[in-house]
Amino acid sequence: MSERVAVRKTYKLFIGGKFPRSESGRSYIVQDANVALASRKDARDAVVAARAAVKGWAGATAYNRGQILYRVAEMLEGRRDQFVALGAPADEVDAAIDRWVWYAGWADKLPQVYGGANPVAGPYFNLSAPEPTGVVAVVAPGAPALLGLVSVIAPAIVTGNTVVVAASPDAPLVAVTLAEVLATSDLPGGVVNILTGRISETAPTLAAHMDVNAIDLTGVADAELAADLEVRAAENLKRVLRPAPAGHDWFADPGVARMTVLLETKTVWHPKGV
Amino acid sequence: MFEYAPAPESRSVVDIKPSYGLFVDGTFVDPVDGGSFKSINPASEEVLAEIAEAGNEDVDRAVRAARQAYEKVWGPMPGRDRAKYLFRIARIIQERSRELAVLESLDNGKPIRESRDVDVPLVAAHFFYYAGWADKLEYAGFGGGPTSRHGGGVPQPLGVAAQVIPWNFPLLMLAWKIAPALAAGNTVVLKPAETTPLTALLFAEICQQADLPAGVVNIVTGAGETGRALVEHPGVDKVAFTGSTEVGKAIARAVAGTRKKLTLELGGKAANIVFDDAPIDQAVEGIVNGIFFNQGHVCCAGSRLLVQESVADRVLESLKRRMAQLRVGDPLDKNTDIGAINSAAQLARIRELSEAGSAEGAERWSPPCELPERGFWFAPTIFTGVTQAHRIAREEIFGPVLSVLTFRTPAEAVEKANNTPYGLSAGIWTDKGSRILWTADRLRAGVVWANTFNKFDPTSPFGGYKESGYGREGGRHGLEAYLNV
Repeated sequence: MSERVAVRKTYKLFIGGKFPRSESGRSYIVQDANVALASRKDARDAVVAARAAVKGWAGATAYNRGQILYRVAEMLEGRRDQFVALGAPADEVDAAIDRWVWYAGWADKLPQVYGGANPVAGPYFNLSAPEPTGVVAVVAPGAPALLGLVSVIAPAIVTGNTVVVAASPDAPLVAVTLAEVLATSDLPGGVVNILTGRISETAPTLAAHMDVNAIDLTGVADAELAADLEVRAAENLKRVLRPAPAGHDWFADPGVARMTVLLETKTVWHPKGV
Repeated sequence: MFEYAPAPESRSVVDIKPSYGLFVDGTFVDPVDGGSFKSINPASEEVLAEIAEAGNEDVDRAVRAARQAYEKVWGPMPGRDRAKYLFRIARIIQERSRELAVLESLDNGKPIRESRDVDVPLVAAHFFYYAGWADKLEYAGFGGGPTSRHGGGVPQPLGVAAQVIPWNFPLLMLAWKIAPALAAGNTVVLKPAETTPLTALLFAEICQQADLPAGVVNIVTGAGETGRALVEHPGVDKVAFTGSTEVGKAIARAVAGTRKKLTLELGGKAANIVFDDAPIDQAVEGIVNGIFFNQGHVCCAGSRLLVQESVADRVLESLKRRMAQLRVGDPLDKNTDIGAINSAAQLARIRELSEAGSAEGAERWSPPCELPERGFWFAPTIFTGVTQAHRIAREEIFGPVLSVLTFRTPAEAVEKANNTPYGLSAGIWTDKGSRILWTADRLRAGVVWANTFNKFDPTSPFGGYKESGYGREGGRHGLEAYLNV
């Protein structure tokens, strides 16, 4: 009996719920695997997919979004060993699973905690409620690869935003494997889109893109690049999350700021009368 | 129109000094290089006072005074005591309300009826509201900040706030900026608009009267360059700006790569949507209030009227009849509905865009209206036959000029309403509750007024989507801009 020849995996991009290669036909090698090297065109395509998904995802009920995020946790739990095999420490994988569960519960609570009735001085009904800002571009942190990635995606999408994530160039296998989890969690296509490759290539396109509403610079380690991306983002006044401070504790309670910065508060007035 | 005898408010209640210095570290000081500019009454072009122009060194002095006050006095002060100072300020504003209202109308050109009944009462209410937050920040729902999240401690202020405000609601915008900043424990350097500095300088006197510790509030007067020096000063931790989208973008670029927290309240091109089942008379009052309140110098003005085709003729007929009743003239006259345009520059912009409206094919109409000879005036104006491509449907005019468009279905109304880079406010007029909620859900705007318009309250968050800026002012939300959370 000869030894079985293993079936190797091709690590591709994740755009609109599908796994295409880079339109540029390029790849690079990480952990002995060929990984798609996303182009600026791939970044633009991902924004189109993310925009197309906004209506359905933002319009889904909070209960539905919460269940889907919980489903992601279930799927991730089942693939625990796969992430450990890619080099993620077991406690980090556990924390990443728990983070999905934590955020899942926020879907139908944040609007209550962050919105509500305002006691205006007059005969008016007045209610403030948060809404998703729309399409969010995310530069994911490189370490911890899985927990960091989950910690930037979950708070953006739980409230109804869709994301285009520039995965860390050093840890693309974890990102693409997470995409496989997302693809099997009833998450609608286009809600999360993941680009692998160089940040210097994809991030400036995303930062300058006029159909992107916000940018999360958490994973940008180079201060000069971060400032440049923030300047580009100003062109259409994207909401900006600045890079995480060095030594950020990804295992700590994340708080609500990652969610709220990607929300718009809408306040509705109506007179009372007979 | 009925003939009314003039009923001017007396200006003797106001004592305007011939010249004003900068308010730095609790006292009025002369600018280092001695520059100055004049503030005029836009209704008469009379010079009201000579105002100091702050240069880089003056701004630096103000920021250092604010830093010193933050570190030594205001930061360490218990919230309970900060609250009492803010309550004091609120009370003094109420006690001196007539003086503030007259001065505001003199410097800005807005009708006394508005400064007296809207601006100044809201200013007092704003300070009173945020005063109460100063010792309750741990209950505001933002957690205890990055260092004390688990302990549920008191969220921390940011430090020194640089605040730049516009000329359309001078004192009210000051209140929106200063009240939450001080309640949260920050100190401030505020730059009022160059055409309307006087009520901010009177506010500085109120701070003295309240014995507010020196350096907690600093006021530097000047034009764009003073604002730039303030925003770009490395010693500020927070920048808050209300004004044009163009300047807002420049500020966003200027603070890129810094630690400065930024909130922006910028332009708008609000849709005011009138459905076929709307109560027409109420809607017309709302349309008039939406676009002619404060001469249309309102970022959230309902400047695009979207009226359902089947009722368009009725609405327009009624609107024109109502517009013919508007009294344009002396801002201090209690009968006046529409006052003076704030400046020659703004009047030129309104004229330029109105001419573009005619040139692009829209039909212009104004009621017969006698305008005073001196000062800056513009008759209330509507354009019909406007398309979405016209400049007057896309650009913020910031004057008493309404663009009228029509629609057939609710979906078309929403599509047109959202077809703008702005997203500050919107109006909905219909008798059907479910239609209000359906429409409100779909409008990309921070404030939606249904069967009302241009209502403001200190407890109610205000701010925009998209290129109308980010962050909210007012309410619990307004604290977030000034806390390290």
